Amino acid sequence: MRVLYFAWLRERIGLPEEEVETGAATVSDLVAELRAREERYALAFSDLRALRVAIDQELTDFDAALDGAKEVAFFPPMTGG
Amino acid sequence: MMIRVQSEPFDPGKTLNAFTTSAGDSAGAVVSFSGIVRDTPDGDLRCMEIEHYPGMTEKALTNIAQTASARWSLSAVLVIHRFGGLRPGEPIMMVATAAPHRAAAFEAAEFLMDYLKSRAPFWKKEIRRDGSEWVESRSSDEAALKRW
Repeated sequence: MRVLYFAWLRERIGLPEEEVETGAATVSDLVAELRAREERYALAFSDLRALRVAIDQELTDFDAALDGAKEVAFFPPMTGG
Repeated sequence: MMIRVQSEPFDPGKTLNAFTTSAGDSAGAVVSFSGIVRDTPDGDLRCMEIEHYPGMTEKALTNIAQTASARWSLSAVLVIHRFGGLRPGEPIMMVATAAPHRAAAFEAAEFLMDYLKSRAPFWKKEIRRDGSEWVESRSSDEAALKRW
């Protein structure tokens, strides 16, 4: 699965995207796996209220199932316009 | 419907003239909004760095524009949003709407702006002389969606 990070999340984790081997059922499960990896992930994902998630380029929430997902993106609230 | 996501500068005036011509004779009202990079009160903004999510950005903008077109029966709709490093005074983005009457054109333009602020995957970072900082989203931007 391709996992992408944007804005300050990308900076804190230190990379824009990576391939992740996971059997996580939901976004929250995937976050738990990422947090357990290294301190920088734990810090970056410490407050999920400050983050948004998209599965295959559609906004969703942290309870969403990852069933068949090819791409999961994490980012702070958007600031367009 | 025209959606453009680009790093290149654009001329809002020329873009608006071309849009008005393309909207056709049934459009009695054209509304446009241009967003410009605003300097800080101290004048120390070097650059606004705009990051986006290629692929999702185009989908999100198309989706927002389609929703507006369906809700207000627009004759034409335009969304341009830039990414990359922009200097104070440069246009960041523009929306334009054309409709038979002005109420629809005004409302649809506001709708586009409200959704573009917090549902299109862009992130702004201010690069100042003394450091840099990500622009935080405002709760008022999220609240603005509730009126639609």
